Amino acid sequence: MKATMQLHPILAALRRHKMATLLIVLQIALTLAVVSNALFIVKTRVVHLSRPSGTDEAHLFAIDNQWIDQPEVSHIHAQMRADLVTLRGLPDVRDAFATQGYPFGGGGRVIRIKRRIEQTAKPQLAFTYFSDEHTLDTFGLKLVAGRNFRADEIGSLGPNDKVVPAVIIITRNLAHKLFPDGSAMGQRIYLRDDGPSTIIGMVDRLQGSYAGSGTRSIDEDTVLVPALRASPDDGVVYLVRAQAGRLAAVLQSAPAALLAQNRMRLISPEDGVVTLAQARAKAYATDRGVAIMMGAICVLLLLATAGGTVGLSSFWVGQRRRSIGVRRALGATRGDILRYFQTENALIVGIGVALGVALGIAANLSLMTHYELPRMPLWLLGVGALLLWLLGQLAVFGPARRAAAVLPVEATRSV
Amino acid sequence: MFAYYLDLALRSFRRSKALTALVIVLMGCGVATCMVSFAVFRAAAADPIPWKSNQLFVPQIDNFGPAHNWKGEPPILLSYTDAMALLHARQAKRQVLIYGSKWTLLPDDARQPPFPQEGDAVSSDFFAMFDARFRYGGGWSVHDDDQRAAVVVISSALNQKLFGGADSVGREISLDAHVYRIVGVLDDWEPRPRFFDVASTYYPFDHPRQLYLPFSRAIDLQKATSGQFYCSTNTVDPDLPDWSSVLHSECAWIAAWVELPTRTDAARYRDWLRNYAAEQQRLGRFAWPPNVRLSDVMQWLHQDNFYVIPKASELSMIVSVSFLLICLVNVIGLMLARFMRRAPEIGVRRALGASRGVIYRQFLTEAAAIGLAGGVLGLLLTALGMAGIGKVFEPEIARQARLDASLFLLTVLVAVLATLIAALYPTWRAAQVQPAWQLKSNG
Repeated sequence: MKATMQLHPILAALRRHKMATLLIVLQIALTLAVVSNALFIVKTRVVHLSRPSGTDEAHLFAIDNQWIDQPEVSHIHAQMRADLVTLRGLPDVRDAFATQGYPFGGGGRVIRIKRRIEQTAKPQLAFTYFSDEHTLDTFGLKLVAGRNFRADEIGSLGPNDKVVPAVIIITRNLAHKLFPDGSAMGQRIYLRDDGPSTIIGMVDRLQGSYAGSGTRSIDEDTVLVPALRASPDDGVVYLVRAQAGRLAAVLQSAPAALLAQNRMRLISPEDGVVTLAQARAKAYATDRGVAIMMGAICVLLLLATAGGTVGLSSFWVGQRRRSIGVRRALGATRGDILRYFQTENALIVGIGVALGVALGIAANLSLMTHYELPRMPLWLLGVGALLLWLLGQLAVFGPARRAAAVLPVEATRSV
Repeated sequence: MFAYYLDLALRSFRRSKALTALVIVLMGCGVATCMVSFAVFRAAAADPIPWKSNQLFVPQIDNFGPAHNWKGEPPILLSYTDAMALLHARQAKRQVLIYGSKWTLLPDDARQPPFPQEGDAVSSDFFAMFDARFRYGGGWSVHDDDQRAAVVVISSALNQKLFGGADSVGREISLDAHVYRIVGVLDDWEPRPRFFDVASTYYPFDHPRQLYLPFSRAIDLQKATSGQFYCSTNTVDPDLPDWSSVLHSECAWIAAWVELPTRTDAARYRDWLRNYAAEQQRLGRFAWPPNVRLSDVMQWLHQDNFYVIPKASELSMIVSVSFLLICLVNVIGLMLARFMRRAPEIGVRRALGASRGVIYRQFLTEAAAIGLAGGVLGLLLTALGMAGIGKVFEPEIARQARLDASLFLLTVLVAVLATLIAALYPTWRAAQVQPAWQLKSNG
């Protein structure tokens, strides 16, 4: 009731300070537009930062092994088998297998999966990892259904051989996309038209090898292909899982053991051995950087807006000391004066917020087209608006209290 | 007179310390945020070869067709078929083919482990086209290209590592177990970004090239690309069982550049490209009308379909400019408060004969002084920010960003100019103060 009675004098006063009012409104609007969009960008980035890969990342590392002098494929196969025996025999190694890529590290392949050869609907895309019977233990994956590969199911592939495995293990996510009714186990699907692959197992979760935004929709759709692939050009990636607490030791001993076994290989001293923790940090470095920067700018912005509000409100209070004195002399209580300034601020911020919501949506729409950002949820704007409104009330409180402290006798003084 | 205005400004700073400090801090923060973002943006977006960036062009030929290209744009690289056609047509002053590759360097000393080196397979015009600077020797000839000669140009870093920086021209190194004769050692020549590699490698800012070998020889050795290789933008690559099928495929993996000194040359080349594509259509290889592009260096680096400038850098530029804008709006309000508080003083000065122009000069001087203070604070904050950008942006790019003299000047200039602009309206209001009215209301 009191608030509505106060609206008229507030509006009258604001009309006398059109420019100053406009400036605060503009500032609130811009702040809301920028802060809501910046927070939204942070939100989209942070989601990926915290997503688990499904593996025992703390104990895993990858050795990128290149072959020298283009050896024969059969020779590479023999070497890879010998290497795996060497690695698995190391005292601090729990398990190891040979593949071509690893989560966050790139190098994986995308395949098209059809449920029937004659299918005309768009095939389902998925990532693959070459695997063997040690893959589940090395990654630290749990089977939620079915069984592991047997040693006799692991094929030998050359660089240009087609990938047509008889059996495969897939992730729960992919199983759900291929067979929404939950009947994936034992089904036959086609990675190529040459022959079907039977789904013999399902793991809970395993991230594909890319962390970029281009493949986000299939990040958790992964197929384990039971094969040892030898390629003179591409080399091989050995994924090794260390015993608990022994990672640091194995990082040194594993590549050394491989080189001692055979020198004709290349393990880059700079980036040939990468822990999954390092790979994750590197893959998400930009995302984290953007999140930090946007967060910092948001805090600065809110501080700037608060500072500006304090400054302008103080100025107003100073300018109106005389009229405040008159009002006090005419019987207005301290509470009335305090409420007057609080209401005035709420009104200005309210207008600013309304404008800011429109600006924020417009900014989001243009970011959507230029930076492939998703649509911003409206509640985020609501949170931003509430935050600004609270901040405004907090900022005006000091000046308003000083206004309330004006004595009625000031009415008789000149400014 | 100017000294008098400064004196007045100082007096007024003393009278409203909090308000002045607030304006200075706002300007400092706003300008510093912008400058840090700009330093990174500049490092990523600068013209890498300003003296001839409008003479170097990337030709694109759509061999994917409307069903497989990206939103109607031709692939950013060429197939081997088109690349060779372009090289042999010799329609430009110079033409270069490039693709990235990884080589294994086997040291003479058997106790030393072999180590990987990243190189570019390039055709002979490469060094002249991109004005590569040599410390020793030079590039190889077209004849070497034709002979698939086992020659190599190495970086100064590799020369340092292998030969202690001595003139190694004529000496030999073993790459992938083949012997190569060194014909040239580059100076510290490393354009950032490595614009000629942008499409063919994944890393325009890191993975510096240590080796340059003849393109024709790398093809002969069946050396696969270590960079991009794609055959469509919307389906999975086809089976390519052997090297010959790679060469005959419609997959894109070779970067091409042509040097066209004049506009007429560029126009003529564009016509030639279109005719070439039309010819392919007539031959039945393309089932679509010619779809070709010819972009110069800056057009190439700033196009939409791939990002040399990291999106994070562009986004941060947008956000920090918005931040400066909001700070400015804030500063306008605060300046208005500062100046209007002094209406009585202005009234007295006007009554004593000061013209509007004098008031303008006085208040703009004051604003410039505040801007300068904001600029100095901005410089400090910028320096602080530059120390921390490695944590926010990709380190390879952040390393390129520097606080140099031009950025130094720009920081102060932006701060002063921005504050002056922000002070325009408040100053105008101050100059409008009516002497009589002010004196009376104070009477």
